[in-house]
Amino acid sequence: MRKVIKKFFWAWDFEKEEKWLNEMSAKGLALVGYSICTYSFEECEPGEYTHKIQLLEHRPSHPESEQYIRFMEETGAEQVASYLNWVYFRKKTAEGPFELFSDIESKLKQCILIKKLLLPIGWLNLGVAIMNFANLAFNAPRFSWIPFINVFCALILFAGVNEINKKIKAYKKEMFIRE
Amino acid sequence: MENIALTEAVFYILLSLEKPLHGYGIMQNAEKLSNGRVRLAAGTLYGAINTLLEKGWITSVPGENGDRKKEYVITENGKKAVFAELERLRELVKNGEELTGGWNK
Repeated sequence: MRKVIKKFFWAWDFEKEEKWLNEMSAKGLALVGYSICTYSFEECEPGEYTHKIQLLEHRPSHPESEQYIRFMEETGAEQVASYLNWVYFRKKTAEGPFELFSDIESKLKQCILIKKLLLPIGWLNLGVAIMNFANLAFNAPRFSWIPFINVFCALILFAGVNEINKKIKAYKKEMFIRE
Repeated sequence: MENIALTEAVFYILLSLEKPLHGYGIMQNAEKLSNGRVRLAAGTLYGAINTLLEKGWITSVPGENGDRKKEYVITENGKKAVFAELERLRELVKNGEELTGGWNK
């Protein structure tokens, strides 16, 4: 039986999202599909799967991504869903701990990729907000909330970038003393 | 040979590839050789394999019996890198042991 759950996670909270998916798996629900804020589950043995989420450089259909996903599958992982460049992997818990990266540099690279995704959208919102404020000040016949919404979006995205920056800084510090 | 320290992942990948082996085989081999200590994650392994292919330290070979899994094998340059690393590790162990000989454990 298929079960659909609506839930929202920020892009920088991918670890919380993984944790939640693993909790769902512990309850006997395995992820089978994802689209905006919509998670589809099917029944599984409680705790059957461990989940990991990865942001790829290209779309999952890109040859480089396909090659990577095939490699993941050869190591016992399985792609269960994807959304834009995000891919949801799972692996049977019985096959041992499931990690995507075992060195700090790869974890750092993943954070930098997420930052590259968020930063331009943040700047875009800020730019649009400034243009809309100018428009409001000089041309608009009446008040509009739109530029305020843009500022709000920009602030949230920059807060996310700040979260990612904290992780990047911590990884870089660790790399001074170990791999 | 440049004077560089190999990562643990790279060292175990190179050690695993005297005979052609696929990605999952490398993961299992590294874990076995290190008595379970080194668990290479697939994403890290993938990145390392691609870099080693680019550097020419390993090369990919067609899998046997139409097996779709790609297999890899070490090259002469890869072997040179392993020997240079062993030399470096010997130096580390020698200095480490000599200088800590009198330390209280």
